[in-house]
Amino acid sequence: MSGIASRKKRRLYIVCLGLLCLGVATSLVLTAFEDSIVFFYSPTDIAEKGLEADRYVRIGGLVEEGSVERHPGNRIEFVVTDFSNRIPVTYSGILPDLFREGQGVVAEGKLDGDQIFVAQEILAKHDENYMPKEVAEALQKSGQWKPESGEAPPR
Amino acid sequence: MSETTSTAPQAIAPKRSFHYFANPARFVRVADAVYPWCFYAALICLGVGFYTALFVAPADYQQGETVRIMYVHVPAAWMAMFIYANMALASASLLIWRHPLAGAFAKAAAPIGAAFTFLALFTGAFWGKPMWGAWWVWDARLTSVLILFFIYLGHIALVDAFDNPDRGQKAAAVLCLVGAVNLPIIKFSVDWWNTLHQPASITKLGTPSIHSSMLWPLLIMAIGYMLFFACLAIIRTKSELLAAKQRSLSLRALHAGGGD
Repeated sequence: MSGIASRKKRRLYIVCLGLLCLGVATSLVLTAFEDSIVFFYSPTDIAEKGLEADRYVRIGGLVEEGSVERHPGNRIEFVVTDFSNRIPVTYSGILPDLFREGQGVVAEGKLDGDQIFVAQEILAKHDENYMPKEVAEALQKSGQWKPESGEAPPR
Repeated sequence: MSETTSTAPQAIAPKRSFHYFANPARFVRVADAVYPWCFYAALICLGVGFYTALFVAPADYQQGETVRIMYVHVPAAWMAMFIYANMALASASLLIWRHPLAGAFAKAAAPIGAAFTFLALFTGAFWGKPMWGAWWVWDARLTSVLILFFIYLGHIALVDAFDNPDRGQKAAAVLCLVGAVNLPIIKFSVDWWNTLHQPASITKLGTPSIHSSMLWPLLIMAIGYMLFFACLAIIRTKSELLAAKQRSLSLRALHAGGGD
């Protein structure tokens, strides 16, 4: 009986050790590939790393309040900001429903020579806040929440 | 608790250890008693959940009516991970303590988990197209859930790939444990990396960032999904146990017949 018991204990240790090694290996791999796992770079990432013109990347942040300019022919200009750095973006095409000032956005494209980001595709990013329209309006009316500051609404 | 009893053979496992319930016959007795309650509770929760999600819950201030996809999508994603976590625990106890019930449960649960994962991916795509502007993106959350789906499919294939069903269950258990590293990656992908997918609205710390009028239909749906899973898992695990019993009986008959 003690033979069976010790074998069970040994199997327990083997499983635990295996999972531990696997976890360490996975976390090392994920850390090493962090730059390719991120879906987009923030304007601050771009400012820190520098981005050569003509490299195809995704940038993400909030559409700066008051920065959207619509031009004829579906062309649109706006600024992506993370409140410490900003990147002007130009795009021609159809925008997703959730694209609006003060909301998250991901733009796919490259920098041109004048440091303007020419987007090939625009994706809207939704945040984790869910509420009915009336609640959102009431919060804004009472001044408890300013969506344009990018903060989460109070609860 | 399990530390002190883990060394005891399962036949004399004390009543309070979890090994007590690893006995297939005892499981069938408990499951038969629990099943009707689960069934009717699931029916009620899913009925109330779908009605409140589709007709009672308000439209979202940003997403409008599209938010209703969330009531199907989010609990499905929760179940995809919850079922996998259960399979991983069962796989560990199959490998360590050789509980036959654990192997039957893991085999029974895998297709259910795969179905919930598919539902999460499918409804997510239908939400993503109008909201994000894309059916699919290769961000960390979506990719890791797709990998979870493939691991489920691999488990389903592997468990039946051997002539000896016990070996199939053991091989699938190893796969399941290896794939378990994916669970924390799915959960924390939205916090560790920039993703297009939004972070969790309901967290352990802090109040949920989802309004209560939308939260309670979501929770009813989640409870309904959970009970529905319990019903399916009970039925499928029982039939796995019966199939195993039938196999051993026919093997015994074969040996008895061949011996003479």
